[in-house]
Amino acid sequence: MRDFDYIRPATIPDAIAAAAEPGSAYLAGGTNLLDLMKGGITSPERIVDISRLPELSRIERLDDGGLRIGALVRNADLAYDPAFAKSYPAVAEALLSGASAQLRNAATVGGNLLQRTRCSYFYDTASACNRREPGAGCDALGGENRLHAVLGWSDACIATHPSDFCVPLVALDAVVEIEGKKGRRHVTLEEFHRLPGETPQRENALEPGDLIVAVRLPAEAASFSANARYLKVRERTSYAFAIVSAAAALVVDGGKIRAARLALGGVAAKPWRARTAEAVLLGADASEATFASAADAALADASPSGDNAFKIELARRIVVRALMSALSGTPERLPALPASPFSNIPGARHDA
Amino acid sequence: MTLELSLNQQPAHARQGSSIGQPLTRRDGFLKVTGAARYAADNHPPGMLYAVLAVSSIARGRVAALDVEAAKAHQGVVEVMTPLNRPALAADPDAKDHPFMFRLDLLQNDQVRYPNQSIAVVIAETLEAATEGAALLSPRYEVLPARVGLDGAESFVPRGVGVGGPAVQHKGDVEAGLKSAKTRIEATYETPAQYHNAMEPHAIVVAWDGDTLSIDTPSQGLAMAQGRIAGLFGIAPENVHIRSPFLGGGFGSKGMISGPQVLGILAARLVGRPVKLVLRREQMYGPVGHRAPTRQTLRMGMDGEGRLTALDHQAKTASSTFDDFFEPAADASHTLYASPAIATSHDAVRLDTGTPLFMRAPGEATGSIALESAIDEAAHACGMDPLEFRLRNYAEVEPMTGKPFSSKALRECYRQAAETFGWASRPLQPRLMRDADGFLTGWGMGTATFPALMFQAEARAVLRSDGSGVMETGAQDMGQGAWTAFAQIAADGLGLDIDQVDFRAGSSDLPNAGIAGGSGHTATAGMAIHNAGAAVIARLADLATGDEHSPLYGAGNEGVLARGGRLYRRDDESRGESYAEILTRAGLSEIEGHGTGAPDPASQETYAKHAHGAVFAEVKVDPDFGQIRVTRLVGAFAAGRVINPRLVRSQYYGGMIWGVSFALHEEAITDRRSGRIQNANLAEYHVPVNADVPSVEALLVHEDDPYVNALGIKGVGEIGITGTAGAVANAVWHATGVRPRRFPIRIEDLLG
Repeated sequence: MRDFDYIRPATIPDAIAAAAEPGSAYLAGGTNLLDLMKGGITSPERIVDISRLPELSRIERLDDGGLRIGALVRNADLAYDPAFAKSYPAVAEALLSGASAQLRNAATVGGNLLQRTRCSYFYDTASACNRREPGAGCDALGGENRLHAVLGWSDACIATHPSDFCVPLVALDAVVEIEGKKGRRHVTLEEFHRLPGETPQRENALEPGDLIVAVRLPAEAASFSANARYLKVRERTSYAFAIVSAAAALVVDGGKIRAARLALGGVAAKPWRARTAEAVLLGADASEATFASAADAALADASPSGDNAFKIELARRIVVRALMSALSGTPERLPALPASPFSNIPGARHDA
Repeated sequence: MTLELSLNQQPAHARQGSSIGQPLTRRDGFLKVTGAARYAADNHPPGMLYAVLAVSSIARGRVAALDVEAAKAHQGVVEVMTPLNRPALAADPDAKDHPFMFRLDLLQNDQVRYPNQSIAVVIAETLEAATEGAALLSPRYEVLPARVGLDGAESFVPRGVGVGGPAVQHKGDVEAGLKSAKTRIEATYETPAQYHNAMEPHAIVVAWDGDTLSIDTPSQGLAMAQGRIAGLFGIAPENVHIRSPFLGGGFGSKGMISGPQVLGILAARLVGRPVKLVLRREQMYGPVGHRAPTRQTLRMGMDGEGRLTALDHQAKTASSTFDDFFEPAADASHTLYASPAIATSHDAVRLDTGTPLFMRAPGEATGSIALESAIDEAAHACGMDPLEFRLRNYAEVEPMTGKPFSSKALRECYRQAAETFGWASRPLQPRLMRDADGFLTGWGMGTATFPALMFQAEARAVLRSDGSGVMETGAQDMGQGAWTAFAQIAADGLGLDIDQVDFRAGSSDLPNAGIAGGSGHTATAGMAIHNAGAAVIARLADLATGDEHSPLYGAGNEGVLARGGRLYRRDDESRGESYAEILTRAGLSEIEGHGTGAPDPASQETYAKHAHGAVFAEVKVDPDFGQIRVTRLVGAFAAGRVINPRLVRSQYYGGMIWGVSFALHEEAITDRRSGRIQNANLAEYHVPVNADVPSVEALLVHEDDPYVNALGIKGVGEIGITGTAGAVANAVWHATGVRPRRFPIRIEDLLG
């Protein structure tokens, strides 16, 4: 392993100053970074360990009715916080559908936003990857790419963002609170992650030294709590990344959709907010026909980046089912197999 | 309960035991759950260095340059081993003296013949320094185009498949049989390359002392490993001491010593210090074997009653460019279903991969999923229930050879499993069952089979004057429970309580126990133990019956019984004495006996010997997404005598779960251009997790087999994967109406 400096700053400003130096990386849960370092995908010269900064581990209700989640809150702690799960059930469900119990105990909120793609060509340092090495090319194009992007991809990169957590977050207008050299700023999660374009190495809005200190959910996000689901289709029942996932949240009144939120996971280099689909839903009848129209709208711009055309049709069906599930109401208790089709319908068999 | 066994090959002196058949928990379980069990990589001899492999990132070509200076300049790096300074070997690693001597990559030159081939070894004071040293080598290559996939090279008919069986076999006239058939089916199935992925990576800790070697490394075949290492280094086998008390899984990949393990020995030779070398997970995708991909075409003809008139099974597979192992997939059609005409054939391509090897029922698993799928298709084409169809084609003798079976309780397996599963209410047509939640539900079945193999093994038994016993054989426990099952056989063999027997295994300085593979270890080493026990009891009986001071004096003609540490007169059990008394009076501190285990050539010639089983699967399929969940598996297996029902059931569970894995999960994804495996990690190379196997039931069907061996043991390690994979595939068809023709079954194949 290459030698690196290890710094454990006592304060956020110290952390930012240390991380602003070139070649620095923040360490929180380490569930992704350490793998990347072991594989030689990334080789930071300086590790800035923020895992013990105390002020980043709080979950706070804000005066405006919103919620502020510290960047170091562990995935498991957040998902199992009863008040959080009650207000934002789709987010809790997404968290618990990801990774394994051991990983969720270590992984943090901020780190989840920053996890890197699972594109195998990104991990395989003998392959060309523009994301890992700008200008190198993209070996995923024309390669083994049945799980790659169908939305927002470019010839420079067809990778997807693997997060489950971010999918309902982006649907619920989450905001990323960033502290940097120039102070604190807020960026919507929708704008936080970037599509690859010609610069896939620029994955998000962070500048050198920038530290995610919190993720905020606006007051309105809790208004969907009665009709919010996350649904994830994957190749084994647990411990697998999504082929395609969707978060759906509705406010329905008298059979009419008064508010709608929809986002897709596993389809693009960022958690994909489906705003055109939301426009179809808003004010329409809450019906399967409406949902099918919304699904068509959500995937209208989709195109296969390789052997993955099936993901487009799969995504349509997942959108419809996620909306149907949201319409039928958030379950009383989080399913034993969170986000799985096999516990999506009440009474489904589960033994997680 | 006392079980009466009369298994002695010298019937004058019987032993009666109570250990065989008991559901004992693993004797090594406590060590394992507390972390006290010492696996190979847990060893740290004084002065030990760490060795890390540098492996090829190309599939074919040569290493043009390595920056050895950069690696050596890294702090902590002691030495870099390359083809230029690798210590000399006494034998060419590319020599192949016999079919089981597989060619190894031991830095013999700069050629690269598959991805992840070892190209250098960096030896350092710390693992971190060695790891970074390996990265600093920054190899440059001359690259040649990789030959990838079953269509990636010209095909040929291999000289032999599997362990050397003919590539092409037939009986009867298949074409005539097909022509005369009322109903015919033809279907092609594809199975992917799979990797063993034992939880414990191949690891070796080596210390040289002059020309003797002390090694800790996991091995499924200690004596073979010892011989191979001795041959490579030109030293006597007894100078090679290998300890392998526990394996964290083997699955065939630790059957023979692998190239990286030998490189650890070479590294220790080079630096003159003990060395540890542990493979990284991704380094296990190349030099330690795998299961080759197959493409299998089956043709079947049936008469008006659903009887097979012809069965043709053609399999295409792949081997490496430099060695020979050919997955004998089509041979699965030799043993299961009666047909007047059967033809099996294999062809193969040579690809730029590591050499495929034995993996989890090699041939039987790949062949089974295709054959059981095709049988299901044939049953449907005849409008018959799949179980009825199988019974209609039940083989009363082994179809290919015409030999009688040594035993075959398959009908009983079908009956018990079907009844437990509730098969009778299954609708014939697919896509008719939905559960209350709207999931498509399907039921499928498959027949399981695996040959009852035996190899060669030896054991040494000792009785001591304190009344205790010792049983020694270099058996290998890769998790199957050898420590326990063999101790049970040893206890009964010695006529002692299991706690009075010191059972020793897992070390090459013990008698050769043969290989823990081919599902033949319990039968083979078990028979050696049994016979060693018989031999030492016979000696003890001779002492007693010939001693006028013994109450057993003169009992030689009537015989004696050994039980609970005492010998009794067979005709008068009130007369007996303890082992301790006999030995003490004879002035002996201990006596010993030796036994061997081996197949009986006469009965091999006469009988076909196989374990059998029937597996029934229920799957739920999401009608919109095609996501599959196996909700129920019921298997019933007949495999001769059960030494320990708890362990046997556990083996069946494991095998059945591997069957789910084969049908739904496992696949090495190879880049079609570079030949590199893209998912060489356990996050993306999927095996089932707990949530994928909610309910598994394994029924033990009673079977007495007087011909396989005196203990009546067949094997249970690999049979579970056969039958199960096909049962899952057939259940998916029954749920969806879509016939899976490539594995693992993918969501896109079911989206419709």
